[in-house]
Amino acid sequence: MRALLQIAGLTAHYGDFQALFGVDLTLDEGATVAIIGANGAGKTTLMRAITGVAKVSAGSVTLAGDAITRLPAPDILTRGIAMVPEGRRLFPSLTVEENLLIGAHARKGNGFWTLEKVQTLFPILKERRHSPGTALSGGQQQMVAIGRALMSNPRVLLCDELSLGLAPVVIKEIYAAFPQIKDSGTSIIVVEQDIGQALRVADHVHCMMEGRITLSGRPAELSRDAIHDAYFGVSHA
Amino acid sequence: MMLIDTLAQGLLLGGLYALFAAGLSLVFGIMRLVNLAHGDLIILAAYLILTIATVTGLHPFLAVVLAAPVMFALGWLLQTHLLNRVLGTDILPPLLVTFGLSVVIQNGLLSGFTADSQKLTAGSIEAASVSLGFVTLGVMPLLTFASAVAVVFALNQLFYRTALGRAFRATSDDQVTAQLMGIRPQNIFAIATGIALVVATIAALYLGTRANFDPSIGPARLLYAFEAVIIGGLGSLWGTLAGGIVIGMAQAVGASINPEWQILSGHIAFVIVLLFRPRGLFPRAND
Amino acid sequence: MTLSRPLGLGLAFAALALLYALPAIAPRAVVQDLFGILTLLVLAMNWNMLAGFAGLVSVGQQAFVGIGAYAMFAAIILMGLDPLVGVLIGGVAAAVFAIPMAFFAFRLNGAYFAIGTWVVADIARLGISQWKALGGGTGTSLPKGTAKEMAFVEQIKALLDVSSAAAADALTYWLMLSLAVAMLVAAYVFLRSRMGLGLQAIRDNENAARSVGVDPVKLKALVFLLTAFGTGLCGALAFIQITRVTPDAAFSVIDWTAFVIFITVIGGIGTLPGPIVGVIVFYALQRALADYGTIYLIVLGCLGIAVMLFARRGLWGMFTDRTGLDLLPLTHRPPRLAALQPKPARSTV
Repeated sequence: MRALLQIAGLTAHYGDFQALFGVDLTLDEGATVAIIGANGAGKTTLMRAITGVAKVSAGSVTLAGDAITRLPAPDILTRGIAMVPEGRRLFPSLTVEENLLIGAHARKGNGFWTLEKVQTLFPILKERRHSPGTALSGGQQQMVAIGRALMSNPRVLLCDELSLGLAPVVIKEIYAAFPQIKDSGTSIIVVEQDIGQALRVADHVHCMMEGRITLSGRPAELSRDAIHDAYFGVSHA
Repeated sequence: MMLIDTLAQGLLLGGLYALFAAGLSLVFGIMRLVNLAHGDLIILAAYLILTIATVTGLHPFLAVVLAAPVMFALGWLLQTHLLNRVLGTDILPPLLVTFGLSVVIQNGLLSGFTADSQKLTAGSIEAASVSLGFVTLGVMPLLTFASAVAVVFALNQLFYRTALGRAFRATSDDQVTAQLMGIRPQNIFAIATGIALVVATIAALYLGTRANFDPSIGPARLLYAFEAVIIGGLGSLWGTLAGGIVIGMAQAVGASINPEWQILSGHIAFVIVLLFRPRGLFPRAND
Repeated sequence: MTLSRPLGLGLAFAALALLYALPAIAPRAVVQDLFGILTLLVLAMNWNMLAGFAGLVSVGQQAFVGIGAYAMFAAIILMGLDPLVGVLIGGVAAAVFAIPMAFFAFRLNGAYFAIGTWVVADIARLGISQWKALGGGTGTSLPKGTAKEMAFVEQIKALLDVSSAAAADALTYWLMLSLAVAMLVAAYVFLRSRMGLGLQAIRDNENAARSVGVDPVKLKALVFLLTAFGTGLCGALAFIQITRVTPDAAFSVIDWTAFVIFITVIGGIGTLPGPIVGVIVFYALQRALADYGTIYLIVLGCLGIAVMLFARRGLWGMFTDRTGLDLLPLTHRPPRLAALQPKPARSTV
């Protein structure tokens, strides 16, 4: 498999606080990578740094051989990286359908994902298309957020904390859509606190702690204990 | 009979104030910017129309067509080179920059055109009127009002029916997430200010044909526009039209009692509305 | 920094002594000129307090100048009081007017507060224009000789050995100078007090200030009323020397608010010496560009815009940034070194 997204030595700060310490990560074409870790491990900062929302202090992000480090966020989207942000961040003054359509704002040309395809993936979004986006339940809002990101036909889809605040049955329903997203040729990075879900969906798992990747491997290769240690930092304490 | 006539005049005057206010309302709705130079920009547009009409000999109604793109470009440049640089959580810099701009425009016009009053002459249409049985209304005021309704309708269509309008609303909701959609807020803001100045140009046409103008009258227009926006409720364009009508009618009623009370009555109507409806007549739900 | 501070204060006291002695040693025209500058300085210090420290960007300060002036005229013409009592009444009238004005304008937040205060000032102007006893829209003049018959004028005349008119000028000048000094001292003491620090905390973060028990609305309302009083006093005093009042002149947004905003912004908004620096620059520009009419205002506007784009804390802010020198520090700042120490690493798990 060919490397699609390569992250090397990525470092980022929040004011005086260093949130990322030289993170290396590779996403192969068509693969799904999960990043797990506790609150404050730097997962969201990593997502924000890749998409150009957070400032990168050092290191590089390369997409299909092109350096995209420090490009403005809208440019990174047009290069093919879309994000489902933490907390979903739907636009309150837009309807469900408009929230989906805005995802295609910068899109040029055709691609697999269209409004119809997204509405087929999540039929509820068609039913509720004229409701304000924020009038939906948490799980449905998450579907809008995923659909909105897909509408740009991204090569890489970043999903930040999809399961946050959702009931297990709803989480299952959302992740049920992932095989279809993968089949469309989209490579995926999911950031999860739900370790079980991450291990089920990913080809490759990275565990982060205190701004560093502390453990990497295929789900089958990683022992529960190793993950537990990496996650809670037991061996480092 | 007198009262009906007064109210009808007030209604039509309200159309003019709604035109003053629509651009201000649009810009505030999208980027939370209060442009203190808005009134002076309307006067600037009036001088631009006057200049074009004088130089080319065109009728003011045609001169507007040439002035509008110039004002759009001015709005774009103003936003990209000046206002975008001071937008942020601190409200002081944009206020002071637009206040400075107001003084610069006023005095720039003063040195370019002197303090003499000017007027746009539209010909015989100015004196024309139509009788509706119980009231007789001037064609120009009617046209002003119709233009105000048309402008508000068009802006609403743009806002709620087009991809650009969608981007306007999304940016207004959440700039950071909008960027994740490939939207460039700075461009969106520049387009919005451009459109606001096109509306200001239309307002300037009716301002200039209705009465005399000189470089000093901008701030008063800003106040009327501001009152209309607040009375209508922030972010609601139809509300802005209603707000303009409230001010127009209050002024007309005040003036019919004593001409010196015209402007005072408008201000007092504004204060009263705000005391009883602090969020205006038609507040937006999610503000 | 510690060495230059006593030196700076010494220089400031020497300058102040010179300013007080001025009517005895300088021609009357100079005293009158300086009176004008001091008027703007007092207005600027009040506005700086409002906008720079309380975050209340008012464009309606001309309301207090106008009401102060008109109340003073009413006290003299309608009640036959001494002008100095009239000045005090002017200040009180402005503060009283500020109560309903605050009640109204505080409903508008942020940028809308600015235009709201402007509207109220316009209401005051239009309302006063209806006051026929004081000349309505065309205004009125002080009775001839009013200034010369003011309290203390006789004594000053004898002391300085000058004409009554010059003595009246000296008196109003001393009062305005004292008002400026009092404002500066009061502002310094207030800003370093618990309340003043609370005010600055609100400016920096309203919610955080609220959570430590500072009531932002009350504190801001207090500042609004006090600056209205100061602005009213200043307006009344200014119009003793002008001797003629009209609604348009007394409620002029350009003369009493726009100039004042530019002075504060150019000098350094939110800094105590800012208005002083600003008024000096303003005066220098006025003298240099006096022959060019409107160009002067254009330059002033552009300068104000440039400051907001490139140096938000104005000339004084630039000066303190470059030199690390602050004559009137407002915060009880720790020594610079401590700020450079790296912060302890935060645990993230």
